[in-house]
Amino acid sequence: MARIAGVDLPKNKRIDVGLTYIYGIGQSQAKNIVEETGINPSKRVHELTDEDVAKIRAAIDANYKVEGELRTEIAMNIKRLIDIGSYRGLRHRRGLPVRGQNTKNNARTRKGPGKAIGRGKKK
Amino acid sequence: MARSLKKGPYIEPNLMKKVEELNRTHAKKVVRTWARRSTIPPEFVGHTIAVHNGNKFIPVFITENMVGHKLGEFAPTRIFRGHGGKLTERKLSLK
Repeated sequence: MARIAGVDLPKNKRIDVGLTYIYGIGQSQAKNIVEETGINPSKRVHELTDEDVAKIRAAIDANYKVEGELRTEIAMNIKRLIDIGSYRGLRHRRGLPVRGQNTKNNARTRKGPGKAIGRGKKK
Repeated sequence: MARSLKKGPYIEPNLMKKVEELNRTHAKKVVRTWARRSTIPPEFVGHTIAVHNGNKFIPVFITENMVGHKLGEFAPTRIFRGHGGKLTERKLSLK
């Protein structure tokens, strides 16, 4: 069982895929890590030796910001925008799209599930 | 698309001149400007700049964190007063 950066990797997946289960590591980062450490990417996670795991762990610690650390950084960036009172900060505060998208329709990712309006007008 | 790095940040020349004058004389004065498109350089930190929002000038106190942003980001041009006149009344009466 390989536990890297506080995440259990799925046992039966290839290592280059398994690494993407870590927050902050996507397909290309995973590929880079596997290349850096010189591990065969088609090795399954449960086939990794302790040595391999240690190597991957060292590589991630040295060069990548993952999981909690990355989340904190992102939260800090957003907090900065809010604190300086910029337009982007205001949009974050109101939970609306930040990058100039239309909000007449859609924008449901930011606004959350739709709320019915204009109903129950009778009486 | 982002501005070419080759050109460097756009800083309104007139505004820059005025702020540098203030820095030289160590004066604190509110500078009015319409240059919402101007980037905030480090020289502006600590000054208050009144940025036009199309209607009036919004005083913006420049802090270190704001360096690199544009002046216009700190002077909103729209006021959202909410939707649905009658609905809001109803909501209020329910409370």
